[in-house]
Amino acid sequence: MTGAAGNIDVRLSPLLLRLFPDAEPRLDIAADNVCALIDALDARWPGMGDCIRDSSPAVRRHVSIFVDGRRATLDTKLPPGTDVFILTAISGG
Amino acid sequence: MAKRVLVLLGTKKGVFILDSDESRHAWSLAGPFCETWPIQHAIGEPVTGAIYAGGGSEWFGPAVWKSNDLGRTWTHSRAGLAYEAGEVPVKTVWSLAARGDALYVGVEPAGLFRSDDAGETFTHLDGLQKHPTRAEWNPGGAGLILHSLVIDRADTRKIWVGISAAGVFHSADGGATWEPRNRGTRSDFMPEGQRYPEFGQCVHCVVQAANSERLYQQNHCGMYSSDDGGRSWNSIEAGLPSSFGFPAAIHPRDPDTLYLLPLNGDIKGRYMPDAKAAVWRTRDGGASWQALRNGLPQESAFFGVLRQALATDTLDQAGVYFGTSSGSVYASRDEGETWGCIAQHLPMISSVETLVLDEAARGGA
Repeated sequence: MTGAAGNIDVRLSPLLLRLFPDAEPRLDIAADNVCALIDALDARWPGMGDCIRDSSPAVRRHVSIFVDGRRATLDTKLPPGTDVFILTAISGG
Repeated sequence: MAKRVLVLLGTKKGVFILDSDESRHAWSLAGPFCETWPIQHAIGEPVTGAIYAGGGSEWFGPAVWKSNDLGRTWTHSRAGLAYEAGEVPVKTVWSLAARGDALYVGVEPAGLFRSDDAGETFTHLDGLQKHPTRAEWNPGGAGLILHSLVIDRADTRKIWVGISAAGVFHSADGGATWEPRNRGTRSDFMPEGQRYPEFGQCVHCVVQAANSERLYQQNHCGMYSSDDGGRSWNSIEAGLPSSFGFPAAIHPRDPDTLYLLPLNGDIKGRYMPDAKAAVWRTRDGGASWQALRNGLPQESAFFGVLRQALATDTLDQAGVYFGTSSGSVYASRDEGETWGCIAQHLPMISSVETLVLDEAARGGA
């Protein structure tokens, strides 16, 4: 699956998929920045947005969003065809 | 009708459930549940049989987990469990109290939420945030946590909370407005002459006695009772091995019976006094205390017991249970007279609660 015009190519962390078993590991979705992307994910799978973004609002400290290989913030633009990875940090203990 | 007894364990790596019949001789263990999230508090609602677990993930933030089938399946929600934009976000859930479909949720940084749909969505009761002393509250060692949540049995508008290290606060209107209730409790860590402030006490645990309005409190600096809703507190620490500990648990029917687990001291390692484990019980409202240690380890007991990790059940001869920081669970089925280890090698145990059900409530974990 590659990003169609206007859409971006999103891959979700396996840990996120364990919390939302109905979610797809990889999907095309229309969003022009990271904040809109999180809103779109939350619309599909209610609650997912708050797992990725806290109420500051900011991307959660131990979640990273990479856009075309660079770490993103909520304001990062998402041109059509962008690759987005939503990853979880290797934290724990 | 025969009873079934569940002991609900909140741990650093998920919820575990111990399950027995009313004899409480043999226990089976199920878990970990809740995706091995750190769980601060797991409770059972005896009318509906629902189990709730509150905690927070380093990755995904706070949530309340719920099981309607005694642990077999779980859902999770954090809808509305957030402060306004610009405030320090909710990090984790610390305490839960259920009354039918109403669920109260205490969080870090200290605040109170309520759910009226059995844990599906949450509403912030923002009176604590608006309290005029709020800006002066300082966190305890575990953060600025709302760890104790007492909902009056007769009138659910009356709420007491314990916040480390802001002290005890009371609301008579369901959480809209609050006032400090700390008179008589010491703050030994403050300079001389400033040890009885209006707020800022390091309260560790607040419970309400059975069949009574009496409150008991384990504080960083002493043990206390109050017969006037916390307006004034009386020391009940005479006869105990130290003035320091975390949990307190009531007897299910006798308001004069209370269980505590004093540790050796706040700057001495915070483990069992003389490394010998004992639960301490009063039968007279704190006038006198007995050490209950028959069956508990009497050497090399260098564990602690956290503030929510001591509980009783509701059977005729009450069971008493505690979970240790080193992952063991000890139980008594005779009100504390004799003890046995019913689980070990678990993750650090944050909370212990019980759920007693009619035997017909089968299935689940």
